[in-house]
Amino acid sequence: MKKRKLTIQALPFMLPSMLGMIIFSFLPIVISIVISLTDWNGLDKLNVQTMKECMVGLGNYSEILRSTEFWSVLWHTVYYIIFYIPLVLVMSLFIASILNKNMKGIGVFRVLYYIPVLTSWVAASLIWKWVLSPQYGIINQLLSYIGIAGPNWLTDKVWAMPAIVLASVWKDMGFYGLFLLSGLKAIDVGYYEASRVDGAGKIRQFFSITLPLLTPSMFFCIIMALINAFQLFPQVQIMTEGGPNGATQVMVERIYTYGFKYFKMGYAAAYSWILFVIIFVLTLIQMKLQKRWVYYES
Amino acid sequence: MKRKMLSTVLTGVMIASMLTGCGGQGNETPAQDTQQAREEAQTEDQTDGGESSKESIDISAANAGEESIEITYANFNASGGNEETLNKMYEAFREEYPNITVNIETIGYDDYFTQMQTRVAGGTAPDCYELNIENFAAYANKGVLAELTGIDVSGYNATALSAFQVGGKQYGVPGNFSNVVLIYNKDLFDQAGVAYPDDTWTWDDAMDACEKISALGDDIYGIYQPITFNEFFKVAAQYGGGVLNEDKTEFTINSPENIQAAQMMINKIVETNVQPTESQMGGMGDWDLFESGRLGMIPTGIWAFGTFTDACEFNWDICVEPGGTQKATHFFSNALVVNADSAKKEAAATWINWLASSDAAAKMRIEAGWDLPAINDDTVLAGYLEITPPENRQAVFDSLNYLAVAPIIEEYSMMADIITDKLALAASGELTVEEALNQAQDECSLKIKL
Repeated sequence: MKKRKLTIQALPFMLPSMLGMIIFSFLPIVISIVISLTDWNGLDKLNVQTMKECMVGLGNYSEILRSTEFWSVLWHTVYYIIFYIPLVLVMSLFIASILNKNMKGIGVFRVLYYIPVLTSWVAASLIWKWVLSPQYGIINQLLSYIGIAGPNWLTDKVWAMPAIVLASVWKDMGFYGLFLLSGLKAIDVGYYEASRVDGAGKIRQFFSITLPLLTPSMFFCIIMALINAFQLFPQVQIMTEGGPNGATQVMVERIYTYGFKYFKMGYAAAYSWILFVIIFVLTLIQMKLQKRWVYYES
Repeated sequence: MKRKMLSTVLTGVMIASMLTGCGGQGNETPAQDTQQAREEAQTEDQTDGGESSKESIDISAANAGEESIEITYANFNASGGNEETLNKMYEAFREEYPNITVNIETIGYDDYFTQMQTRVAGGTAPDCYELNIENFAAYANKGVLAELTGIDVSGYNATALSAFQVGGKQYGVPGNFSNVVLIYNKDLFDQAGVAYPDDTWTWDDAMDACEKISALGDDIYGIYQPITFNEFFKVAAQYGGGVLNEDKTEFTINSPENIQAAQMMINKIVETNVQPTESQMGGMGDWDLFESGRLGMIPTGIWAFGTFTDACEFNWDICVEPGGTQKATHFFSNALVVNADSAKKEAAATWINWLASSDAAAKMRIEAGWDLPAINDDTVLAGYLEITPPENRQAVFDSLNYLAVAPIIEEYSMMADIITDKLALAASGELTVEEALNQAQDECSLKIKL
């Protein structure tokens, strides 16, 4: 009872930000459901009458699910995730453990690793385009020193997606590293002291103490990384525009193209709802599975 | 349960931000602009008695029924360097039409079309605005543009004007104009001992020259012609083909003429290799390749002149692009259109018509080196011819005799993407030219209703 009263009292204070949420988030979400059931072209006036006139029911959804394009686009995303998530986790764990050391000037390093996170994707993508340039890029230059002829990265069907993974890992590892660092900081030093007395080495300590106690942070990182991976867009749009030959077409890129280039707003909205369902279901599955591997101390 | 709620909210917000995101970073300057105009009016008042009397006539005229009108004009073409030129044009316009105030919004190209689409759908589109040719067809077919009647169109270049007709109705005027010519490296031609290209050349002549120039060195190539839809529809026209039948009811992408045209484009890469492949380009742009002196010829837009003048340390010149069985050349033009929902259509049409075709605006456009006005008055265009290089600047105008109009259909962008993708597959050797065009024909027929 008391709790309900508190909620009512809190409401006026929450109202300003709630209003913003309703107008700018929830309302568009609801409208986009309606749009996804129409073949609205994105130019006719958005009102009830237009929506009625171009209602097509679930036509967009069935058309998308039956198109070969959808499945290949989905596969590209999955392919990206298979490389991206393990890599970004390992790299951010590596960064976190370096930044966890008590060294002089460690603050400078923490800032350095976080700078890519703050950089806009547009700027970062343009830099990576140069880094990955087959003839003038630094990566192929370095590879040539050890006798490897580097691939054409962004214009090569096989290498375009790995190149995007590389850029994404570079940009995101600082972000996840920060979460893992706070996880590392939260581990009681007592565990390490006790295990040292029992004769455990550094490696044993890492696998038996650090990793298990870090699982809650890692769980959060994996969920975030998965959601972000499905929404992969700016780096693709700028670095490859979905090319070469559609090898890096991903869902959000398709949504943008259909909505704003081909004027098929209904189709694009349906696409984004399918994306929503995929992310939602995967997140639910992860929530269920976490009992098996995430360890909460308390 | 709580966690489930959290995840719902989390994913919901993520998606929401994705759907509603992408805020515009438009470089809108209406307020600034009107303020500027007001300031100018004031200074004119102070310095020039004639001007101030004009202002007073304007007010009395407004009282007599000719009200002062305020309209909004949005464009992307002035962004990145020509905002000042556009402002100067507007000042000149104000002198002729003191009762029309134009709020000019100049928005960067990257944001322009998403913003315009949202504004048109939301009923807040500007009274008149600029559209590129790809978007023009979609907008015109969807009925959001006003038909332009009662404006004087006699001063326009006829081909450019006809590009913005849909079903016999004029929905836009050509606001600017550029075309494509063949630009060639004279020094490489000299070294290879080949005569310079001229307006009578066909692609066969060009291919002979390409082979001799390519033979000059491993990293020297004869020509670069992008493998895109844009290039394809033009080359198809040079061989008497086209992607649509005459009344635009059917695709004819895999016609024998088109196959011949695509074969010419692709063989240069996969067979004779007088044009570099993607990997031979190594991420370099085509202009960069030409500027570095490693490319004999490049059919490209006249907007390259300035860059090439600065960057090329060799002699270059231009001529009309080679043809197949006949000549056909590209032109690019942006439409200036009037919003069908505008309450001030007449004033809007007056402004865009003045901007596109008046002598005053045309002169300023040429002087600023912005681009060409799409007009047919040779005396105004004469100033343009005097600038060198290229010496043979006349070829820019000679090319106008062979203009190929883009096959404008409602789903232009999708058609262009499909054909470009298939041609790329042929260029990388994964499909034969015939297979690529057959597939493009099937996919376009399946996905696009004409």
